[in-house]
Amino acid sequence: MIWQIELVVLLMVVICGIGAIMVKDLLGAAILFGAYSFMMCLLWAIMGAVDVAFTEASVGAGISTVLFVAAVFRTSRRTKD
Amino acid sequence: MKTRALIIVFLFGGLLIYCTLDFPTWGDPLAPASKHVSPRYIERTVEETSVPNTVTAVLADYRSYDTMFETIVIFSAGVACLFLLRIFRRIEPETQLYRHIPSGITLRIAKGVKPPRESREFERIDLMWVPHDLIVQTIARLIVPFSQIFALYVIAHGHYSPGGGFQGGVILGASIILFAISHNLRSSFTRISEKLAVILCGLGVFIYAGTGALSIILGSNYLDYGALSRVFGVDAVTARSHGILIVEIGVGICVMAVMVHLYYNLASAGRHDEGL
Amino acid sequence: MSELTSMIMSKLNYWVYIVLMMVGLYAMIAKKNLVKKIIGMNILQTAVILFFISVGVKKDATIPIIIHGGAAESHALQAANYMNPLPHVLMLTAIVVAVATLGVALALVIKVYQKYETLDEDEILARLEDE
Repeated sequence: MIWQIELVVLLMVVICGIGAIMVKDLLGAAILFGAYSFMMCLLWAIMGAVDVAFTEASVGAGISTVLFVAAVFRTSRRTKD
Repeated sequence: MKTRALIIVFLFGGLLIYCTLDFPTWGDPLAPASKHVSPRYIERTVEETSVPNTVTAVLADYRSYDTMFETIVIFSAGVACLFLLRIFRRIEPETQLYRHIPSGITLRIAKGVKPPRESREFERIDLMWVPHDLIVQTIARLIVPFSQIFALYVIAHGHYSPGGGFQGGVILGASIILFAISHNLRSSFTRISEKLAVILCGLGVFIYAGTGALSIILGSNYLDYGALSRVFGVDAVTARSHGILIVEIGVGICVMAVMVHLYYNLASAGRHDEGL
Repeated sequence: MSELTSMIMSKLNYWVYIVLMMVGLYAMIAKKNLVKKIIGMNILQTAVILFFISVGVKKDATIPIIIHGGAAESHALQAANYMNPLPHVLMLTAIVVAVATLGVALALVIKVYQKYETLDEDEILARLEDE
């Protein structure tokens, strides 16, 4: 494990995680959550957990984001905090 | 409220950081998590089940009870979503939009007036209407069959490469959702109806639990795949490998059907007439 | 001093995972919007899964798929050369349970919106007290 790559990906994960709960637009929060999920998948692939990374890539970055966008479509998009 | 939440979070985080001072160093092969059972799994997998992927072998053979109950959890999530959202009586919408295709005129039909029949000249469009995008539809039509073949490959090669039942089932469900997003939700209903999706949910759990029951009928323990060697006519090690494949297929079918069912209900809020 | 830095460097990974868990927990407690709470729940879940996976890492070990070359290779099978597969198995179950929970939670959010026309927690509580 090359520690430089791991440090960069960890930093991206924390930034995406904090960004997903801070934005005021719910559609933007759903997309940032998809990016967070994909960065997690990269981290697990670096650590050698390939089955878990495969599952997270298909489930987290695929299905979770689509379900969030569908739910935001049926409710409102702006939020106050 | 936010300051209270910040104080709680800092206290809890400090407590957890204090706990990490006792942890073993990162990457130690003699850590307690890697000492007791897992060396036996790594060393004895190939000679007992002839499956090189240790994660699939442990998931579907050594710890198959957990996987069976997890499939039941996914199935009950699909059933819960059905109970929460689905509205069965047909609610007459306020206005419907129909378009006359040869001339391009859009009709707005108010409540109570009989709408025109779906034929080659009239098509129904959604209220929150997205313009017909040729590029997205064509590319989606190209991608969907290849992704389905890839999903079947992932299910079948779970023994030798990363993959297995869950991943393949999710990719299959995602291909159907891609078709439903790029085209109309109603055109996806004509291909995979709601009845088919719900029946497939139950069929997946039935395949998994039925394999265990078959093991009992043949005289061995529940979910002991070595008993299936009488049905297939091979020795016990290959029978375990085949048993793993059968339960992975069952899991894949159930996961695909639940993903499609969840998307149908969430995108149309239970009414199954319009969608994303 | 050097042993303090070496201790910090070996434990730094765990601290980053704890920071992620606390971000998710803060979003669940302090945010008022229901969808933000659900996003916080999922961040917490994936951070816990990351923590579990990092427990099973071994130095200079390869992925847990047994290299099947010839018959002579199987005698040299050592458990220290492969990663620990047991946390991977448990976390596969956890990921799929997380997505099932997400589906039911979003169905509940849609139902709440259909009844109260808002997703803000304070307004929903105020309307509940009015009834």
